[in-house]
Order: sequence, then C-alpha cells, then structure tokens
Amino acid sequence: MSLTALKSEPTVVLPNARAAAVLQLPAAKPSPARSRIVPMLTAAAARTLPPLITAVLLLAVWELLCSQPGATLPSPSKIWSEANDLILDPFFVHGSQDIGLGWRVLVSLERVAIGYGFAAVIGIILGTIVGQSVWAMRGLDPIFQVLRTISPLAWLPISLAAFRDSQPSAIFVIFITSVWPIIINTAVGIRNIPQDYRNVAAVLRLNHLEFFWKIMIPSAAPYIFTGLRIGIGLSWLAIVAAEMLTGGVGIGFFIWDAWNSSRLSDIVVALAYIGGIGFLLDRLVAMLANVVTRGTAAN
Amino acid sequence: MYSYLKIDHVDKSFFRGAQSTEVLKDITLGIAQGEYVSIIGHSGCGKSTLLNIVAGLVSVTSGGILLEDREVNAPGPDRAVVFQNHSLLPWLTVYDNVRLAVDKVFSSTKSRTERHDWTMHNLDLVQMGHAKDKRPAEISGGMKQRVGIARALAMEPKVLLLDEPFGALDALTRAHLQDSVMAIHQKLGNTVLMITHDVDEAVLLSDRIVMMTNGPSARIGEVLEVPLARPRKRLELSTNATYLKCRQRVLEFLYERQRFVEAA
Repeated sequence: MSLTALKSEPTVVLPNARAAAVLQLPAAKPSPARSRIVPMLTAAAARTLPPLITAVLLLAVWELLCSQPGATLPSPSKIWSEANDLILDPFFVHGSQDIGLGWRVLVSLERVAIGYGFAAVIGIILGTIVGQSVWAMRGLDPIFQVLRTISPLAWLPISLAAFRDSQPSAIFVIFITSVWPIIINTAVGIRNIPQDYRNVAAVLRLNHLEFFWKIMIPSAAPYIFTGLRIGIGLSWLAIVAAEMLTGGVGIGFFIWDAWNSSRLSDIVVALAYIGGIGFLLDRLVAMLANVVTRGTAAN
Repeated sequence: MYSYLKIDHVDKSFFRGAQSTEVLKDITLGIAQGEYVSIIGHSGCGKSTLLNIVAGLVSVTSGGILLEDREVNAPGPDRAVVFQNHSLLPWLTVYDNVRLAVDKVFSSTKSRTERHDWTMHNLDLVQMGHAKDKRPAEISGGMKQRVGIARALAMEPKVLLLDEPFGALDALTRAHLQDSVMAIHQKLGNTVLMITHDVDEAVLLSDRIVMMTNGPSARIGEVLEVPLARPRKRLELSTNATYLKCRQRVLEFLYERQRFVEAA
C-alpha cells in the first residue's frame, strides 16, 4: 500500500509544479523606499492598533456603566467636562496649591529619583558583597528576606520619627521599598558569574577593582537590571502611598486632597498620569538595560 | 636533565567533609623549554586537575610546581591557559578580549600604540584580525578558540597550557586549528602542555605524550617520545611507520592496559 502511495505521489505533484511555473508573473519591483516604509507602518499598526481598540472599547463600557443616573463614579465624558484643564495643560500655575499635574508628577519623580538613586547604588554594593562572600550571605540574607516583606507604608512612621520631616521620610520609604529586589538580584547575578570568567580573571591577575568593573558588573548586568526594573516599579508604587500620608505637593497628595474635596474626576485623571508615568519609567529602565547588557546574554 | 617546568611529586586530594578522594598520586614530570607535551588519559583521570594545578587555579595537596626553578602556586599570565570552552568575555569584542590581557600584562612595559599593535599582531597570528570588532556570539566555535589562543599568546607566557582546546570542535575545524597551533609552535617555540583525549592529536602535535592511569589516584603510566621531525604534515604522517607505531603504543595503553571502566 505504501508503495503505491509513494509511486503515485510524483505524478500528482509534477503537474502542479508546472502549473505554478506558468502562473508565475514578473512582479513589479516596488521602489526601495516604499518597500521599507510599508512593512514598517504595518508593524507599527500591528503594535499600536490592538491596545488602542481595547482602550476605546473599555472607555465605551465605562461610559455606558457610569452615565446612568445614580452612578457613584464619574463617566469619561463627565471627567472630560470637569477636569479638562488638568488633562489639556499639565503645566499651568494658578497659585501655590493650584498647579498642573505635570508639576506634581515632577515633584514626585524628584523624590523617586533621589530615593531610587540611593537604592540603586547601595543595593548594587550590598548585593555584590552578599553575592561575593559566603559569610556575608549567611549573615545578611535572612535579614534581607525578613525586611523585604515589610510594607513600604509600615516604614513611614519610623522614618517620620527618625527624620522629623516629610521630604526625607518619603525619600526613605522609596529607598527602603526598592532596595531589596536590587540587592537580591545583584547577589544572584554575582553568585552566577561562571567559573570560567573567574579563571580568566585569575590568570590575568586582575585586582579586586578591575575584577569588579571588568568581570563582575558586566557579567551580572542582566540580573542587576532585572532588580533595577522591579525596583523602579515598586518605588513608583510606594511614592503615591507615601505622599498621601506626608502631604506636600506630589501626585499622591493631590489624590488625597481631591478625595477630601470630592473631586473624583481629578482623581481619575491623576490615576491615568500615574499609570502613564509608571509605564514610561519601566520602559526607560528596560531600554537602558538593553543598551548596557548588549551582548552579555548568550554566548 | 634541566626542566624548564617541573611538576614535582604532586599529590592532589579533594576533601568533602570527612571524606577525601585522592585524584592524583605522585605526579612528577619535567618539561624542557620549547617542548610540546601532551597529557592523555580517560575522562575523569584527573588530567584537567593536573593542568589546573600547573595553572595555579587549583592548589596541590603536597608537592609543587617549579617554573624556571621557582615555585609557582598562584595563577598568573606566565602560564596562560586556553580553556576548553574558550572562556571569552561575551560583552567584549574579539579585539577587546585580547586587549584586556595585553593591557594587564604590558601595562608598564608597552605604550598604548605598542599594546594596540601587539593585540593586532596576535589576532593576525591566529588569522582573526578580520573579525576584531565582532563579539564572541557572532563568530563560530573554531574562531572563538582561535581568539582564546591569541589571548593566551598575547600574554607572552613562559608556558602555554591548553585544556582540551579542540575538544568542542568538529573534526574539520579541529584539524585546521591543530595545523595553526603547530605552525605557531614552530614559529614561536613556545613551551606547551596540552590536555587531550584524542590519540591522533597527541601524536601529531607532541614531542612527548604522557599517559595517565585511570583514577582515582591517577599516576603517570607511561611517557612516550614522538621522534617525528618537524614540521609535520598531517597527510604524509598517516602512512609514516613511526607515526603509526606511536599511535599504536598510545592506543594499547589506553584500551588494553587502562581500559576505561565507567563509574568504577
């Protein structure tokens, strides 16, 4: 049976192949510029259209649900009419407490930058120590594992008591929130440096500093950036909560303030800002990671 | 006989808690300057451990390594290693991998331009100058190993240590690279200690072949001189009586007297 099948196959295939050869048309050569632009546009559309459609659908559902009488939350159209000044102009200044959301976000970002900056530097240093020394790991790792589970807000009263000022307290909360994933991922990265690289360093007699810069950091970079990326997300989560409690100018306090004066629409706009900025921060660190760890991954 | 490199009564045991495993027992071997010596044995016999001891990457339990009558017990560029898996740093280009070694070894003795020229000279020596800006991930396994050899040569080592340098390569690439190593040895007259498990490779490349018994407690079973004139030609040797006799001797040692017993 199989023999007949084998035999009959070519007779079936051949005419098809001939037909295909006849049908082949000399395709018009598209201009090189066009042949490059069209696929690029298609690719861009394939990436941007689905989330756009989803967003429009969600807005429509939201509008439907919240435009009925008695709805507790504002509908998109109501938000637009009540808070379009916040949406359209992020950088207006109408008074010391009446400023655009862009300014508030910048204030929050400044706190995040300081706290996260400290967390990155100290986290990488501590992570390196923990990853490099067995005794440091045995001594410090259990403590880190306990401390990292403490909620950012639980640190706030302690830091307020210690610093007696809201600004450094908020920064400390950012720091203490984002430092753990950076420490832990850096330590894992350092511990996973292949023995081969250590051997190379040994044969070359690299000193500690050279080993750190030329072997350790590049080799652990993918791990370190994983930690940094988790850290930036966590610190953006924490700043909003911290600012709600400490007051001042940031985006977190704005939400709390809007809640106290029943400006629900403003809160929704602020949420959109927070989400957008958080997304941008994550992309930024991911981009940085791509640039820095180029070529580090596969071998 | 004066030995340039002397492995002197080396014992090596690994300790794990109260248990100890003796890997190498009473290894003594002298290597003359410019000599090419291969160590051959079944896998697990501790030949890589021996090379790592010479490199200084593993410490001896007793005995010692003498290089020019001075004891060496820490790694250093005077005993450059070509690792089996090339061990190039993937985040550096081919050039930078070699340059790292050159910068480290010649930081005080060569100027910037001299270091650049020396890096390129060694890359050209292994015919890799054309790929200097590529990263290790972008070149083939044989090319990586060439760069590994260039990096080791660039350190101007007193002894070149090759740890199964061609083991991970396909047969054609391996032959090609063996020819390159022979040519370089001919040209520079390096002292070479090579680990291998390939009989043909050992006979083709070496002045002497050190055959190791099976572990644990591996010893030097036999040392064979390969009295073939250099330069050696692969094709001519395949019918050469001396070559075939040497090959026969090694094969006999490995497959009759030291038959490999899996996980004994």
